[in-house]
Amino acid sequence: MKLLKLVPADTNIKFLKVRAPFFVVSLLLIVASWGLVLTQGLNYGVDFAGGQEVRLTFEEREEAPIPELRELVGGLGYGSPVVQTFGADNQVSIRVPLPADVEETPGAATEIGNQVIATITGEFADARTDGNDTVSGKVAGEFRQAALLALIAAMVAVALYIWVRFEWQFGVGALFALFHDVSLTLGLFSLFQLEFSLQIIAAILSIIGYSLNDTIVVYDRIRENLKKFRKMPLPELLDLSINETLARTVMTSLTLLVALLPLLLFGPESLFGLVAAITAGLFIGTYSSVYLASPILIWLGVTSDSFVPQETDIERQEKAARDRARGQV
Amino acid sequence: MLDFPLWKKISLWGVTLLLAVLAVPSLLGAGGLYSSDALDELPQVNLGLDLAGGSHLLLEASEDDVAAQRLENLEEAVRLAMRNAEPRIRIGDISTADGQLSFILDNPGDIDRARGALEPLIAGQGITNEWDLEVIDTQRMVLTPTSAGLSTAINTAMEAAAEVVRTRIDKLGTREPTIIRQGTNRIVVQVPGLEDPEALKELLGETAVLEFKLVDKDALLTNVQAGIAPPGSQIFPYAEESDRAGAFEAVKRLGGIRGDNLTDARPGNDPQTNEPVVTITFDSQGATKFAKLSTENVGERFAIILDGEVLSAPRFNEPILGGSAQISGGFTADSAAKLSIQLSSGALPVPLTVVEERSVGAELGADSIRKGMIAMLIGSIAVITLMIATYGRFGVYATVALAFNVLILLGLMAGINATLTLPGIAGFVLTVGAAVDANVLINERIREERKRGRKVIAAVETGYKEASRAIWDANITNFIAGALLFWFGSGPIRGFAIVLVIGLATTIFTALMLTRMWAAGWLRKTRPADITI
Repeated sequence: MKLLKLVPADTNIKFLKVRAPFFVVSLLLIVASWGLVLTQGLNYGVDFAGGQEVRLTFEEREEAPIPELRELVGGLGYGSPVVQTFGADNQVSIRVPLPADVEETPGAATEIGNQVIATITGEFADARTDGNDTVSGKVAGEFRQAALLALIAAMVAVALYIWVRFEWQFGVGALFALFHDVSLTLGLFSLFQLEFSLQIIAAILSIIGYSLNDTIVVYDRIRENLKKFRKMPLPELLDLSINETLARTVMTSLTLLVALLPLLLFGPESLFGLVAAITAGLFIGTYSSVYLASPILIWLGVTSDSFVPQETDIERQEKAARDRARGQV
Repeated sequence: MLDFPLWKKISLWGVTLLLAVLAVPSLLGAGGLYSSDALDELPQVNLGLDLAGGSHLLLEASEDDVAAQRLENLEEAVRLAMRNAEPRIRIGDISTADGQLSFILDNPGDIDRARGALEPLIAGQGITNEWDLEVIDTQRMVLTPTSAGLSTAINTAMEAAAEVVRTRIDKLGTREPTIIRQGTNRIVVQVPGLEDPEALKELLGETAVLEFKLVDKDALLTNVQAGIAPPGSQIFPYAEESDRAGAFEAVKRLGGIRGDNLTDARPGNDPQTNEPVVTITFDSQGATKFAKLSTENVGERFAIILDGEVLSAPRFNEPILGGSAQISGGFTADSAAKLSIQLSSGALPVPLTVVEERSVGAELGADSIRKGMIAMLIGSIAVITLMIATYGRFGVYATVALAFNVLILLGLMAGINATLTLPGIAGFVLTVGAAVDANVLINERIREERKRGRKVIAAVETGYKEASRAIWDANITNFIAGALLFWFGSGPIRGFAIVLVIGLATTIFTALMLTRMWAAGWLRKTRPADITI
């Protein structure tokens, strides 16, 4: 039986020849992402912004009647609502600007939500209510804080572990790669003004997970090769390591892709954002392992000495003593 | 490395099958394939509200309310302690402003006796005092809450509040509510299947503190309407539902009783007017108090006050000795039923407000699960095809291990009664990813070692050994991240983290141990000179 080989046996692609331009582009992308996030901001969902959100599905339609909905809900007198589709074209979330006095009393805000639902279901017979969420400003603030804290704590702890298991340069490299992945994801969400909710945090966490997995596999091979080929120049050694793990990288990414694509195409609409973010993260994460996590080792001056057991003073003295004894014989 | 003694094989298979079997009820139940009462008895993965539909409420108590309530209780206790002292210690100018209780001793000579009387009140049960006592100008005593005392009080109040919430929801008859305390002053309530939480909120939103206080008959009607209370009295408005809505009643501050000592409350109808009423039954202590109050005040009017609003103010026509009473106050059948639940489950020690409220339609959840199942089926077939086409026999091992991985993960989650949410599904996807990667790493390494000219058994052995290092490192790193997310994160992030953390453990088990056992068994039996990989 002939088995499938996606990557030929001995590849020798000079990945890191173009490391400088790629690195510069990545840096620019990170800066651009943060620029977007800081100027344009994230389109916080009700989880993070607080307020009121109603979700509906129009079961008999391909597309939700968005202009009609805007007009209908706008007519309730709370100001112009934010109506956006998510997942499928016939699924909408509607956010109504809340009067200042009900902002902090979720009960009143939910009433408004119920009113919106009643108005819409009265007009459109096929509208199905999927959700009615109210989050007070205080709780939303706590969600933001908890999410940020969890992300930062997880990233820093991971970097520390890699430092212990490898060397500090590897820890920095992995942390930088993760920072890149998170930044770009945030940038994409800001650019397209996609709704940023607690679910998306779960997606970012998956991206971090994949990226980390990838980085560690490459790092593991670099560590092994550093011990094996002590005289090889670092850029060459990194290229060798990446080439040696290339078959695995392609195979893993492809397998995941074939698992994710059906979820993306036929899966539940409620998972679409999550799965889309994970799929995008698969590419971003693989890229960052090769083009950021690895070349950073060159610039941070990793040497093969890092992984050779260091002689302790006692061992050195014993060795000297043995040499002397040998000399006397 | 490839040596598997019999005991090891048996225990590996035993653990695998045991945990995999645990997943079966969840697969059948949550997958909507089969349902029966017997199945419901078995441990299953709970579906989060985002998947199953239902309501989620986050209730918050204001710490200030607890503090104020506590101060009020202290005032009562101090008055009582001073009155019961022998001889009585006379005090005056009592104030509860600024969160402190302060009063003046009429006779500064009583200071030591007053200290003695206060001693048990301020010491509390813990090591630290519940209140700090300060004496100003030899005769003014000031009691300030200590932070330890206050936090104990908040904790006790929340414990009790959660209990009351549970009783009230149970009496509503909804199925399997989840009620957990969160942080210092919050309670999460989740009720699967309940799409409209209005009734629930009404039931939980009110403290239902019932009081019986004597009406101050000397109060001038004009003063009462203007909100001016005579000394020793306080003014309460009538409830909106009562037939005297808009009016006020002045009642005596002291000498009333609280409706804490109830054993039962039932809705019913007044035999004469057929108006909905609530019949309450006191416990023996409450019955004694109520008998005393009614005996001493025959002919007087008393106000029935619920949460600071007067329901009605009937007259004691005769002493009420039987320990039960009828409350009327413009009820409808519904509101009488609601009040009965609230009263019989006890008063909330502190008012709760809803700070987060979510409801998810059940159809969305069912739809999500159905589509998710189909997509995962297609995905699985694609992954299996790809793995077997690439790694042959070793691909078969990998996919069977992957299937067991998912089953064991589900089984473990069912075993600890964990909840599967939408973000949890992301955790599943990540777990499958990590498991696929582990198998790919091993098999690619075996290929590599074969190419370098190692013999079959040595290649497989080295393949597992060398790949294990990266697999362990990758999984431990993700495990650390997952554990921290669980620690710091809130609801949905935790739902993700719990799956991730368990999933990484099952991945190590299935990818490194199970496949190795199978590969080793095959190699030992057939001793092939060459393998296709």
